[in-house]
Amino acid sequence: MNSKPKIGVYVCHCGINISKTVDVDAVTEYASQLPGVKVARNYSYMCSDPGQLLIKEDIKKQGLNRVVVASCSPRMHELTFRKALAEAGLNPYYLEMANLREQCSWVHADREEATAKAKKIVASAVAKVRLLEPLEEKEVEVEPATLIIGGGIAGIQAALDIANAGYKVFLVEKTPSLGGKMSKLDKTFPTLDCSACILTPKMVDVASHPNIELMTYSQVEEVTGYVGNFQVKVRKKARFVDVDKCTGCGICGEECRLAGRIPNEFDEGMGKRGAIYLPFPQAVPAKYTIDPERCLFLTRGKCGKSPKCVDACPAGAIDFEQKDEIVEFKVGAIIVATGYDVFDATRKPEYGYGQYKNVLTALELERLVSASGPTGGQVVLGEGESAFVPKEIAFIQCVGSRDKSVGNEYCSRVCCMYTAKLAHLVKEKIPEANVRVYYMDVRAFGKGFEEFYDRVRREGVRYIRGNPSEAFKRGDKLVIKAEDTLTAKTLEDEVDLVVLSVGLEPRKDAREIIDLLRLSQSADKFYLEAHPKLAPVDTATDGVYLAGCAQGPKDIPDTVAQAKGAASSALILLSSGKVKVQAQVSSVDEATCRGCGYCVEICPYGAIELVTVNRFGHKVTVARVNEALCKGCGACAAGCLSGSIQQKSFKDSQILPQIAALGVKQ
Amino acid sequence: MNTELQSFIQKYDLLGCVQCGRCTGGCPVTVRTNLNVRRIVYDSINESMLEDLAKLPEIWDCTTCNTCAVRCPKGLKPVEVLIGLRNIMVESGIIQPTVRDALESVFREGNPWNKPKARRSDWMEGLEVKIAEPGKKVENLIFVCCTIAYDPKVQVIAKNLVKVLNKAGVDYGFIGDDEVCCGSEVYAMGELGEEGLFEMLVEDNTELFNSYEAERIVAISPHCYSVFKNQYPDLKAEVIHYTQLLKELLADNKLELKKELSQKIVFHDPCYLGKQNNIFDEPRYILSQIPGVELVEFDRSRERSLCCEGGGGKMWVESESRKERLAEIRVKDADELGATLLAVACPFCVLTFDDAIKAKGLEEKMRVAEITEILGEAVE
Repeated sequence: MNSKPKIGVYVCHCGINISKTVDVDAVTEYASQLPGVKVARNYSYMCSDPGQLLIKEDIKKQGLNRVVVASCSPRMHELTFRKALAEAGLNPYYLEMANLREQCSWVHADREEATAKAKKIVASAVAKVRLLEPLEEKEVEVEPATLIIGGGIAGIQAALDIANAGYKVFLVEKTPSLGGKMSKLDKTFPTLDCSACILTPKMVDVASHPNIELMTYSQVEEVTGYVGNFQVKVRKKARFVDVDKCTGCGICGEECRLAGRIPNEFDEGMGKRGAIYLPFPQAVPAKYTIDPERCLFLTRGKCGKSPKCVDACPAGAIDFEQKDEIVEFKVGAIIVATGYDVFDATRKPEYGYGQYKNVLTALELERLVSASGPTGGQVVLGEGESAFVPKEIAFIQCVGSRDKSVGNEYCSRVCCMYTAKLAHLVKEKIPEANVRVYYMDVRAFGKGFEEFYDRVRREGVRYIRGNPSEAFKRGDKLVIKAEDTLTAKTLEDEVDLVVLSVGLEPRKDAREIIDLLRLSQSADKFYLEAHPKLAPVDTATDGVYLAGCAQGPKDIPDTVAQAKGAASSALILLSSGKVKVQAQVSSVDEATCRGCGYCVEICPYGAIELVTVNRFGHKVTVARVNEALCKGCGACAAGCLSGSIQQKSFKDSQILPQIAALGVKQ
Repeated sequence: MNTELQSFIQKYDLLGCVQCGRCTGGCPVTVRTNLNVRRIVYDSINESMLEDLAKLPEIWDCTTCNTCAVRCPKGLKPVEVLIGLRNIMVESGIIQPTVRDALESVFREGNPWNKPKARRSDWMEGLEVKIAEPGKKVENLIFVCCTIAYDPKVQVIAKNLVKVLNKAGVDYGFIGDDEVCCGSEVYAMGELGEEGLFEMLVEDNTELFNSYEAERIVAISPHCYSVFKNQYPDLKAEVIHYTQLLKELLADNKLELKKELSQKIVFHDPCYLGKQNNIFDEPRYILSQIPGVELVEFDRSRERSLCCEGGGGKMWVESESRKERLAEIRVKDADELGATLLAVACPFCVLTFDDAIKAKGLEEKMRVAEITEILGEAVE
């Protein structure tokens, strides 16, 4: 130890959060008597400017070399006070927080006992702080580029913001085109903007932006490294079309032997495409792709005498020899914008989805009302002679949301409003139709939402408060079995069309990204943000940010706002150029390490590897910590069988006296 | 009263209800009675109303089909609230004589039909039936059910099962006169006080079943099956329904179905088998294996099957409603499908549909039959 410890203890009232239950004067008086303590004070808000000034002044005037702040959780203000120490010229790691709020005043009621406990907590912090060592914060360079996973509106917006700020973006999209779910929507609530009209220009901007490298029909396969220095491996799947030659003229799609025979994903399976296809007219890039699972030539090795697409393509762009390509690059930041899945309505068999042709999901109706949809925007059910225009239309709300029986307890946040929008559009197209919405609560919380809900009701859309229990067939009609809970009347309403307002779910392939980037999930299975209020786009993995519905259900305005937030977070990292790495990392005593590798298995961050070193002429295997990857969780130190790993600021020699000071006998 | 009330609210998680209306919306009997289970859940939160609610005659219209619980998005079981209210009446002794007699009969004779315990195995007369012995190994311990054992209209179910099991060479054993009511209907009628009749049946039956070295308990009635599976926590043996056993036998080619049966069959999913325990495919598989059979489906089938009103104590409580019975709606639907045989896998369904077919004058066009009966014909 460098010099004799001169400790300052600062007890915080936290308004009345602490002082209501803990006698802060008594704790201060007690602290002043502890060995090595030079000053002990209390103050109403230690984190305030005057509070911090007290500490800084004491460091300068009284020559303090250790500081204990007895206030809240280190998660809250450890950084604040470290900064104060540094500003007063003291190594910031000479600080120890004593948590009197979360671990004492908030959880106890008895003032006397709480005060006694607070004294112990302070004593244990004092016992530890005298043993702390100064640590150095290292910095690493940041690769000035960002990987964005997902090319929906969230990924598009984040990509454009970062690229416009002058940084490189790699945008990786799984499907053949940008656009995501938003490209399937007809109009958007509550303003009724045409979705394609506001989305397509952004898609085009992405494709033409000099700072954006767009990789569609591609998947991220591997991410290694750490914040500022991620190494990324992407698989560009073979399209079997040379994108440099393809002009998007579409002759191949018309000529394909399977043209009009394969359900089109973009139209929710209601429209048909060929085995070579453009997902939708405004697709970006406007390049054709061959579906390898459907193409006759690729699945059977034979397509007539020769594949029709090959014969038809005027640019000679079809290339059945094309192979997947692996691309590798480095980025400093990653944004996850992978979106959501629509709830699978067959999981609520009581509504007959998949069984009755006139039970649709809202997204299917969205395609029907869309001018680019399979019916050219006509709301028509059935085909040929049996085609008809529905006159009695029922929307069922909360299908797959707020529903424990399918494991989704959350509200999907968009269904109430998209239903209002679709009801309006249907009314516009079929003015004589009776449109009814069966709901349990209407949630119109966003800007302009309530006003839109008011408008739609006045247009004649009937809202019936009662969530239907089932749908069944009676003659040509479907019967909605429900209760009008406002009148306590049971209903068997006969309708022509049932629309299920399906909720939003985490993607079925959500696991892939979790494994790739070590993300966590919240209870609803969406990706977990670092803090629900104060770090809503960050994750527990430094340098990885979230945007859009991957983090939880959202409408377009919220998605765009979050995408801009994620872009801003990434830009802060990129523009600072350097990133500080955790100083309280683990380190291995290579002289005693046996190289068993147990710590390598334990480490959740992949921060430890086994290396071979020369020990007195012998080659031996030892563990080594990559300090840039280490998060300081301490799992390796606790698990090490030979006691060779110690975590800085949490060494055995530091925490055992801390524990002993609590009165715990060893 | 206050602590009692708390327990009622907590026991049924009444404060979790959002009044969405899916329970009443799905309730099959609302088309013919005043029962509104959503309102009852809502009103039950009010302490002072419990006793008045318990006196509502419609709480006895519930068939305990469980649709309300299956559909509830918040995990509540509204049906249990109704049973809780019935319990208040049972405790106070103000119940219909038929219910009282049935419960007393279970207590005295081990069955709700006022039949002597000693005559429980009379149906076996003239049949080669293997009886299981406590302490001895048996693969399938068969539980008959009080209704099947005593009611001549449905004894045929057990008789045919014996025939089928003997043909297939299955290792099985019946319990005989020691068999005692499973308690399913006792529970549904609200007899659920601590140390009450239901508790007693669970304890006694658990002890009885565990005295056999049985691998599986095979229940014939879905009502017995469901209660053993879900409300008997200490059984050693696995509980299955007989349709699961028969499906196994057919799939393993242990049972040969030779005789052609040129019938158009529609299968009705019993609530206690389908909705409550997700057994949908086994009965259909069995029927599909019979040569000559044409299998058709109700529109309201599987998860949306319409209750026949046989459960929930309805065998002993006559509804006041004069409106068309659900079983009658069901046989009309079967007739529209052109079905000649309405297949079921539950003794109560046999009884309700048999009445409904007569009430609708459809005897010439169709009959109701339990799957064992149909199979009994096919193995001839």
